[in-house]
Amino acid sequence: MSGFRLPQGGRIDRDQPLAFRYDGRWHQGFAGDTLASALIAAGVDQIGRSFKYHRPRGIFAAGPEEPNAILQLGPRPNLKATQVPLEDRLEASPVNCWPNARVDLGAAVGLFRRFMPAGFYYKTFKWPGWHWWEPIIRRAAGLGRVEPAAVAPEGQRRSLHCDVLVVGAGPAGLAAALAAGADGRRVVLVEQDSLLGGSLLVDRGTIDGMESDRWLEQAEATLAARPRTRILRRTIAFGCYDHGLVAAIERERIVWKIRAARVIVATGATERPIAFQDDDRPGVMLAGAVRAYLARWAAAAGRRLVLFTNNGDAYRTALAWADAGLTVAGVVDARRNAEGELPALAKANGIRIIDNAVVERTHGLRQVTGVTLRDGNGRRHRIACDTVAVSGGRDPAVALFVQAGGRLIWNDGVAAFVPGDGGYATPVGAAAGVFGLGSALTHGHAADSGDGTAPAAADASEGKLLPLWHAGGDPARSWVDRASDVTVADVGLAAREGYVSVEHYKRYTTSGMSPDQGKSSGVVALSLLGQETQRPQAAVGTTRFRPPWDPVPLAALTGADRGPRLRPVLHLPAHARHRELGATFEEYGGWLRPACYPRTGETREAAITREAAAVRDHAGIFDASPLGKIDVRGPDAGRFLDRIYLHRLSTLKPGRLRYTLAATESGIVADDGVIARIAPDRFLVGTTSGGAQRMAEHFEEWLQCEWVDLDVFVTPVTQQWGVINIAGPAARTLLAAAGSDIAFDAASFPHMTFREGHVAGIPARVARVSFTGECSFEVSVPARRTAELWDALAATAGPADLAPPTPFGVEALMVLRIEKGYLHVGADTDGTTYPADCGFADAVARRQDDFVGRRSMRRQDALRADRRQLVGLLPVTDGGALVAGAHIVAADGGSDGHVSSACWSPAVGGRIALAMISDGRNRLDEVVTVEDLGRQTQARIVRPPFVDPEGARLA
Amino acid sequence: MLLIPCPWCGARDEAEFRCGGESHIARPDPDTADDATWAAYLFDRDNVKGVGFERWLHRHGCGRWFNVARDTVTHEIRAVYAMTDPRPEIAP
Repeated sequence: MSGFRLPQGGRIDRDQPLAFRYDGRWHQGFAGDTLASALIAAGVDQIGRSFKYHRPRGIFAAGPEEPNAILQLGPRPNLKATQVPLEDRLEASPVNCWPNARVDLGAAVGLFRRFMPAGFYYKTFKWPGWHWWEPIIRRAAGLGRVEPAAVAPEGQRRSLHCDVLVVGAGPAGLAAALAAGADGRRVVLVEQDSLLGGSLLVDRGTIDGMESDRWLEQAEATLAARPRTRILRRTIAFGCYDHGLVAAIERERIVWKIRAARVIVATGATERPIAFQDDDRPGVMLAGAVRAYLARWAAAAGRRLVLFTNNGDAYRTALAWADAGLTVAGVVDARRNAEGELPALAKANGIRIIDNAVVERTHGLRQVTGVTLRDGNGRRHRIACDTVAVSGGRDPAVALFVQAGGRLIWNDGVAAFVPGDGGYATPVGAAAGVFGLGSALTHGHAADSGDGTAPAAADASEGKLLPLWHAGGDPARSWVDRASDVTVADVGLAAREGYVSVEHYKRYTTSGMSPDQGKSSGVVALSLLGQETQRPQAAVGTTRFRPPWDPVPLAALTGADRGPRLRPVLHLPAHARHRELGATFEEYGGWLRPACYPRTGETREAAITREAAAVRDHAGIFDASPLGKIDVRGPDAGRFLDRIYLHRLSTLKPGRLRYTLAATESGIVADDGVIARIAPDRFLVGTTSGGAQRMAEHFEEWLQCEWVDLDVFVTPVTQQWGVINIAGPAARTLLAAAGSDIAFDAASFPHMTFREGHVAGIPARVARVSFTGECSFEVSVPARRTAELWDALAATAGPADLAPPTPFGVEALMVLRIEKGYLHVGADTDGTTYPADCGFADAVARRQDDFVGRRSMRRQDALRADRRQLVGLLPVTDGGALVAGAHIVAADGGSDGHVSSACWSPAVGGRIALAMISDGRNRLDEVVTVEDLGRQTQARIVRPPFVDPEGARLA
Repeated sequence: MLLIPCPWCGARDEAEFRCGGESHIARPDPDTADDATWAAYLFDRDNVKGVGFERWLHRHGCGRWFNVARDTVTHEIRAVYAMTDPRPEIAP
């Protein structure tokens, strides 16, 4: 236990202590802590175990680049402790050890197979096959647990529009936001941290002649006072997409889609380490992180520090450490001369500097107890310490810039990829490779309008950086990617085995594929790969910066689209009435509709059979409101519909109905429906319930894109009308009894005509059309009066000896239409069905003029005799296999077609089916084998319908 | 996610639109076209790398179809024009 809380300082609230539990033990932190800073202050050095080798690991970084402290919080896996704000009673645990981080039995892996090189699993577990081993290996490695039963808090998806979006509220971002919003433009400033300030929260300085804390307060107050500037804290911009769309995640819950005219990226830079032997031991941390914990959270990682650096900036850590009254055992500077303003200051403060030297390895068991350094003369020295701060330079956080279309260039001065040109995002400050407080402020200020005066501050001269990637020691124990357990040796192995493309290298070693996404290791890895293959970094390049830049919970992306809101269903206007009648509801084509109306104690099957039989014996009523209805009018309406449908509709007389099919331009059945001609220039097109919207769009596409000369208006009116269907031998009498000014007798109101008038006092259009094979009336009324109409028809005030009609649902309707052999588009047809396949060959042949799909229907393949054709099937043996989806067994054992619809028919007294069978119409009376999931039924091919083939009941 | 300038409604998010595929595909005379010509009309598409011409529907907006010239590499929208307009000349 070496970490502890300093007695004063830090941006924490010492009046608000918070208790939290980690790995089974209770600790205390303060409001303002992250889980990581609280753990360091509580002296928890060992946070968990490494991914592959189960090596002890401690906190390494202070931001989203943290590779080690990847934890489980209740049901939430893979959270980085550096990004978790401490809350009272928070409980967290490590993800990759058992029973706990201190005593991990999995560490045996590390003892017996100390070094599993890249590709080890794939090479070793080849027999009997990787898929056999994978589940076992995944369990041994893996990260957090997903708890399937846990329900994540509901996320949100929200949109924002602004003139200028500034990502990052460090000095450059603040300067940019201050300048951009000064003239009243809409500015959005997003900051991943809970506080604004970025590096100013750690490295204080002087801006505009005042203390940086004071300047920060003023800047924040200025921005807050601007009504058109909006600040989003704890919000990570995780992706730049086409045309300036930036996605951000706020507090892991709200996904923002931000459209900005201007995007300024002030995301700063990420410090990277230098690899050396056993550099993954707890106690080894990024120099900036050591300093951040000290300054921001008053959490000291230890008492005795060695700083290993190749640059001048990192000296700030030694200075801060000494300033806190702690011991700096030494600064090991890889450069020949420890040049720069900050090293000079360190020297003046009596800090021991060993230049032209490198740290070669650490010592210790579960915690660093010392390092061995190698000086310029090759001599090795051992220094005792409990903390090693390492800095290999800084990489501008360029992911968003690149996603926005920008190109990177390698800069030897800072030994990093920095933004070049291109793209829609403007990088500023450290994100642009412009280091130094004064430069960042000036750069940020100038990013947009550049009006006014930039905040002024001085840059500290840092001296030159010496590029250094692996300082020494055993490469197999020098870490590149801590999160994925990838070592310097793995990079070499990958290169020797031919994985020289950086993308191949990444996939082979899994480098950069953990929750930290290689933020601190990426440039180290590609530089080492370059050394192995004698290529400069510019030639190696980077892997692709794919969004998201930081993990985004799926629950946030899902937003409110869950449960019933994932795909809302439409409700019938008379829904309440059906519920009162005890309907079983199901979704059909986006509508929640009664499947059947079971009585108390009645099974679903019995209810369906009873309802279907009632329609044939007496009468039933059915809510047909979802039937698609499209009003088509205009001088060219008839010509237009002629070109859409299989049958000519311009010849239809007003007051009459016609059933027809529509096809796609490929000739495939798209929909069917009954079309009413209301007036010479006006039609009401009926579509299937599921096809209403699709067909209206189909009409519009042809009218707007192809037949622009036609004068036609298309208006979908499905939901404006409620439709109740009354069908059965008694339908006519019952309907008349409900009270109407329409004459319903067969002579004055024949089949396939419609009348307008009143039913039960409600203005109505009544159509004689039948999907049941019975005498049937579809009564359409304004939607809001549907329940009223239903009540009138269901209650029947007819002759005293006449029973009321039986409510029937979609399932009974299906039984009735299968008995009649009526086509159900989408059930009996699929993406290969031409109209000729389901009995419309003559209609196609008769048409001399063109309509959509006609030419395709005349292709040779469409006219083949052995195409699958719609026929009926009656079982010869037990009908168990006669279900929709069953196959007709061909002579060669393959499929000769399939059952498309099937039911138990009360009228036939057994199972019946419709099927698409090869050359079916020429095979009537043949007995075929139908197979479904191992069951077989012998069935005879018949010509439908099964009931009333003469259509006498329709009269 | 594209930002598409609908000629009627202004710039709107791609989610409001439906892409109808390549534009300026002439429908052959169905009575004289042979199978190959008809199949080409139905299925052959240019799939260009560079400026492509597409028709888009502002489905959750004004409901109008219009043409878009879009660079398929950069997604830059080079032109937006009416369904009846000829294909514009656009330098690659």
